[in-house]
Amino acid sequence: MFRNNYDNDSVTFSPQGRIFQVEYALEAIKQGSVAVGLVSKTHAVLVALKRNAEELGSYQKKIIGIDTHLGVALAGLAPDARVLSNFMRQQSMSSRLLYSRPVPISRVVNAIADKAQVNTQHYGRRPYGVGLLVAGVDETGPHLWEFQPSGMVLEYKGAAIGARSQSARTYLERAFEEFVDSSREELVLHGLKALRDSLAQDKELTVANTTVSVVGIGENFKLYDGDEVGEWLEKLGNVQSSRGGRTGEEAAESMDTSE
Amino acid sequence: MNHFPEAWGRPRNDVYGVYDASHLQSSMPNQHTQSPIVTGTSVVALKFNGGVVIAADNLASYGSLARFTDIERLKQVGTHTIVGAGGDISDMQYLHEKLLDPLIIKEEYQNDGHHLRASHIYRYLSKVLYHRRSKFNPLWNTLLVAGWDDGKPFLASADLLGTTFSAPALSTGYGAQLAVPLLRRICPDEAAVENITREQAVAAVEECMKVLFYRDARSLSKYSLAIITREDVESAEGETKERVNIEWKKDIELQNQSWKFAEGIRGYGAQVV
Repeated sequence: MFRNNYDNDSVTFSPQGRIFQVEYALEAIKQGSVAVGLVSKTHAVLVALKRNAEELGSYQKKIIGIDTHLGVALAGLAPDARVLSNFMRQQSMSSRLLYSRPVPISRVVNAIADKAQVNTQHYGRRPYGVGLLVAGVDETGPHLWEFQPSGMVLEYKGAAIGARSQSARTYLERAFEEFVDSSREELVLHGLKALRDSLAQDKELTVANTTVSVVGIGENFKLYDGDEVGEWLEKLGNVQSSRGGRTGEEAAESMDTSE
Repeated sequence: MNHFPEAWGRPRNDVYGVYDASHLQSSMPNQHTQSPIVTGTSVVALKFNGGVVIAADNLASYGSLARFTDIERLKQVGTHTIVGAGGDISDMQYLHEKLLDPLIIKEEYQNDGHHLRASHIYRYLSKVLYHRRSKFNPLWNTLLVAGWDDGKPFLASADLLGTTFSAPALSTGYGAQLAVPLLRRICPDEAAVENITREQAVAAVEECMKVLFYRDARSLSKYSLAIITREDVESAEGETKERVNIEWKKDIELQNQSWKFAEGIRGYGAQVV
């Protein structure tokens, strides 16, 4: 019944040197819908695809504003993301209260990384089942970080997490040269194109399932949700995946995800 | 009335016999600082076009006794800031050694390009001071925080009550009465800062230190002065970057003193009207 004897807790290594519970947590991210982040020299953008559990249900929030200079996009267990984002809000508030300084992005990211890492080293705990893309602006400019439940954080120019995110990453890798110097509007459109490419063949971006956020140097974090997304989708034009057929690799990847 | 607090609210000895107080603490109740002990006097500071100058003498008085004459009351905190302290010297040392030094070490240890600047340190200090006064155990200081912040010179004051304010010319203690009016002659408001040169500002502050030595009986002719300015440095990549430069003048003596005015003083001292 069990795959092996080494996946009951997050403190025991397998003989191959792996910690299965942590790896399963990383799998939980891939169950979530896709979130894309990218930065230019002046802005950081998050875009994400929202899912509704059933036709008549509301859509799960994918982007959470932390502060006026900072926000996160999530893929995976939303309740775990709520815990982490509440913690980030506390860090942000205490930095403002104590030092009158907006918290530096790398500091708050490292703070949640430390929280996540502790969970991989204590018996009776479980890792967070959520991946985050953290986008924000501080004194050193715009930043995009990826957070993983393993406690690993890395800074990116462009990143995508969640189901079928490989297609978005492929787009970002191709468009990277263009978007590092692009304007605010172009950057959002690049984000939406990356998001569009990770859609399943019969799906399209709508005002209901798309969410966009932008933060820039001297510009507060702004979340576009619902009708506000309409203007962005109009500028985007085509709202379906522009990829011809799926590649074998991507088709294989989507087999074990429930789209 | 029994004046020993440990007897209050207890059965009276003359009625119930001697109370067994062995389970009570034998010492008096905790007491917080009611007054400063070893004190420093004024700190004087003035903004100018491109920086701030701040000065404080090197005396720590024990009451009216000039007890220590080599105390540094200006201290650099981080890369952008000077904190000058008047009031209790031991509280100043506590602030620096137990709070600010570890804070800066923690900050710089991250090595991520972020630094606590003058306004951040000022906010932190004012919060600490207000927190302590709220515990009825104040840190008995008046602080001037001078530095470079967000492309502008920074100067602000915080005291033992947590009161905060900012002005282009500031002084603590006796200097708030004597030096600030003199400084305001050349710097009446924030707009005037632009027209004050570094040389003018340093000369004005030196003049204030002299006037204070003439009239403040807790002052010393030996003092320290720090000048915070900004300079452009070229990085390895050829970009020009802003760097904060702090120039120290330590153990300097007041120059060109003239006590001629003292002969005209009437009303106190040795002479009889």
